Amino acid sequence: MIDWLVDSILVLALLSTAIGVLWSANLFRAVVMFIAFGLLMALAWVRLQAPDIALAEAAIGAGLTGVLLLDAARHLGYNRRCGGEGNDQGGASG
Amino acid sequence: MMRFFSVTVLAAACLAFAGALMVTVWHISGTQAPVDLPGLLVENLEASGVEHPITAVLLNFRSYDTLLEIGVLVIAGIAGISMAKTTSLEDPLLRTSDSLLYALQRWFVPLMLVLAGYLLWAGSDRPGGAFQAGAVLAASGVLMRLGGTPMEFLRPGVLLRLGLALGFSVFLLVAVASALAGDAFLAYPKAFNKPLILVIETVLTFSIAMVLLALFVSAPVNDAVEPEERERG
Repeated sequence: MIDWLVDSILVLALLSTAIGVLWSANLFRAVVMFIAFGLLMALAWVRLQAPDIALAEAAIGAGLTGVLLLDAARHLGYNRRCGGEGNDQGGASG
Repeated sequence: MMRFFSVTVLAAACLAFAGALMVTVWHISGTQAPVDLPGLLVENLEASGVEHPITAVLLNFRSYDTLLEIGVLVIAGIAGISMAKTTSLEDPLLRTSDSLLYALQRWFVPLMLVLAGYLLWAGSDRPGGAFQAGAVLAASGVLMRLGGTPMEFLRPGVLLRLGLALGFSVFLLVAVASALAGDAFLAYPKAFNKPLILVIETVLTFSIAMVLLALFVSAPVNDAVEPEERERG
């Protein structure tokens, strides 16, 4: 019973984060959603009794890809966004 | 009207695809597999030199796949580096000089290095292995880079090339050596199974970490966008 509950919550969370990644207008929010999706996916692999893939997913899928995507999102943001927001970010990181 | 029509067609296509997928999955789950792979694996696990079935498959029974995977990874790393603006790699200017991050990294990096070593070693008899250890190693490198630790070896040069190519070349060397010695390509000699796998896993860990880190580092740094900002401001 509790297994079914955990699994169905996991599936719902995976679906909602996936939809969040695809439908979010803000790139930064999409990347954060993607990282959350990766971590949930790692949990799903654990539930499927594949701890090896879970480790790889958490480290590569969520961690390093997330970092690369964050980097890319920031650079895309500089070109796309006009006005104050980009300058704010530049001030904070520089 | 046109929009409504296309959305309907798209939805119908999605539904048809999902239905076909369900039927296929149902069909596959019902049929018996022609070869009992898990059974074969359990029977031959002792011959592989490691105790963990997944490591045995990745580095012994199907090591050809792993060899090609590493090749793909190295090519991706080289492509990433060559796409980078030349200044960003040679630029010793560091990304951030956040003191909080610097303090955190002093606690985290040693822990992560130990974890990477553990994952590498654990790969022989429980979940773990070269990919996971390499990813953790690369993540600690990313943390160090963000925290402002200079990493000279990531600049284009002999060390970077050696690091990128080490895993693939050692793997290939072992494969060719065993082929020359009379066995099949990539069939390790029985007596050296475990040491050979261990050596390959270790160099793979370093190379994977190097490729991932090089991909991160060759992304343009902050100053690459600063001129734009100056124009704007």
